[in-house]
Amino acid sequence: MNPYIVLGLLLMAVLAVGAWQQKKKARLYEISWGHQIRKTLTSRSFLLQMGGFVAFVVIWELTVKVFALPWFNRLPGPWECLLEWLSPDPDFGISIYTEDYYTHIIYSTYRATTAFVLATLLGVPMGLLMGWSRKFYDYSFPLVELIRPIPPLAWVPLAILILPGDEPAVIFVTFLVAFFVTALNTLLGVESIDESYFRAARCLGADKRRLLFDVVLPGAMPFIFTGLQISMGAAWFSLVAGEMIAAQYGLGFLIWDSYSLIQYPVIVIGMATLGVIGWISSAAVRSVGRKLMAWRERELYGS
Amino acid sequence: MEQVDMNTAEATTPPPVCRAGEGAMSIRKVGKIYDPEGVHVVALKDCSLEIAAGEFVAIVGPSGCGKSTLLNTIAGFDGLTSGEILLDGEPLATVDKDPSPGPDRVVVFQHGALFPWKTVLQNVTYGPVVQGVMSEEAANERAQEMLSRVGLNDIETAYPGQLSSGMQRRVEIIRALINNPKVLLLDEPFRAMDTVTKSASHQYLLELYDATGKTIFFITHDLEEAIFLADKVLVMTTRPGYIKKTLQVNLPRPRQYSMLASEEFLAMKAQLVEAVHEEAVKAFEAGEREMA
Repeated sequence: MNPYIVLGLLLMAVLAVGAWQQKKKARLYEISWGHQIRKTLTSRSFLLQMGGFVAFVVIWELTVKVFALPWFNRLPGPWECLLEWLSPDPDFGISIYTEDYYTHIIYSTYRATTAFVLATLLGVPMGLLMGWSRKFYDYSFPLVELIRPIPPLAWVPLAILILPGDEPAVIFVTFLVAFFVTALNTLLGVESIDESYFRAARCLGADKRRLLFDVVLPGAMPFIFTGLQISMGAAWFSLVAGEMIAAQYGLGFLIWDSYSLIQYPVIVIGMATLGVIGWISSAAVRSVGRKLMAWRERELYGS
Repeated sequence: MEQVDMNTAEATTPPPVCRAGEGAMSIRKVGKIYDPEGVHVVALKDCSLEIAAGEFVAIVGPSGCGKSTLLNTIAGFDGLTSGEILLDGEPLATVDKDPSPGPDRVVVFQHGALFPWKTVLQNVTYGPVVQGVMSEEAANERAQEMLSRVGLNDIETAYPGQLSSGMQRRVEIIRALINNPKVLLLDEPFRAMDTVTKSASHQYLLELYDATGKTIFFITHDLEEAIFLADKVLVMTTRPGYIKKTLQVNLPRPRQYSMLASEEFLAMKAQLVEAVHEEAVKAFEAGEREMA
């Protein structure tokens, strides 16, 4: 298929999603569909958002192509990258039509998801325990504070030595970063809970175990989800770094490999793909959080 | 000097209104010394008072005088450093025995402590369900019955954040009462309310009190509120806190708003204003000294 047609289809898809979301809002306030879209398209914030994108692309084009500044002139322009990305027959073998592209995406997504899930399963209970039990806090917090500042990449050699093969090593360093972010945000969440909720629960007859499930966990939930969003971002960040050092597949590997092979448009394709996936994954975490914290949503926006 | 004050107060106090039932409290020479980082803060000193079963007692006094400390020791959030507290003759807290909170003395908090993550119904039924004294269905039924008695129908599935402050406080009082406590401890529950909400709140609290006959321990710094609601108003001194003056309120129940303008009411208010003002000045001067 012609890349221009694909581009057109993509733009239409974006518009359709936007229109659908606006329609949801329109139904809420009983404003007509057309009116809502017209209002959005001419609204200040929409124009500014679009302006930001346009300015970014224009500056890119100017520095790389039009003025071809020294050092910048080696880079591909935005148009060139977009065409390569959408081309059925890409010059460097990576586009939305090639199987390799999806193999890299799947590897990275699998690693990030595994690390994120493990970090959540271990980090949330760890944070809750630290906030709930003074003894456990004293026992673990200094250790956590000492290990946490070690940058993830510093773990790579040890991880490769301890764990069988590159794959678990990359997942491990990704996990580690996400784990600390999750645990510390959960702890912060527990500490943010107003003392009167604990007192009220104890007055009403709750024992220490019930406090954990009825006060500590739900009370810390808003912070936990803020932490999960950050941890998702941190997971992608250290994953890509890990993949550049120790992997045969994945977007991080793709970016680094393309650099070595002087296939510059592929670098940009890899980066843009990471941007899109990162955005989708944070949106997913956010929407799960909203579902779990209906009480908060209704409190903020009324019923 | 302190002793003389207390003695005169007790001598002029007629015997308390006695209601049959539970919830008689005896607070004997209670002292509480906080010692954070070696700073010796005497919050309560030789604080004594008797509360009959079913009596509505209001405590007034300047901010930071130890009213809340006293409530916290009764509730079981804080230990005491001297004296003892008895509930229906049983020791509740002594120097050796730290009290623990329980459903026989439920607190309604100053800023409200309904769990924001639970619905109104889940909040109200929390006590009986967590104690295992009622099945969830029985508790739901009882909760709905009690909520509708104070005019709160059809809000069972709402979250506390969706309710007005007046409704929230009503729900919180019901959440306390469903446990059938011996004493209800109210820590300035209507403090942050506007006048209209406040007087509506007084109305339903009085109705609930008249209907249940629970012992109520009510902290406030609003003197009119104290006289209007209580059988007995106690003035607490500034730190170290003890009961300086006891005012017996002999207004008939049910209380009417017209009483607020009666001569009897105004005379009582004048007495309290004087007693509290003296303490407020002392507290202010003590504050100035601390700042210097």
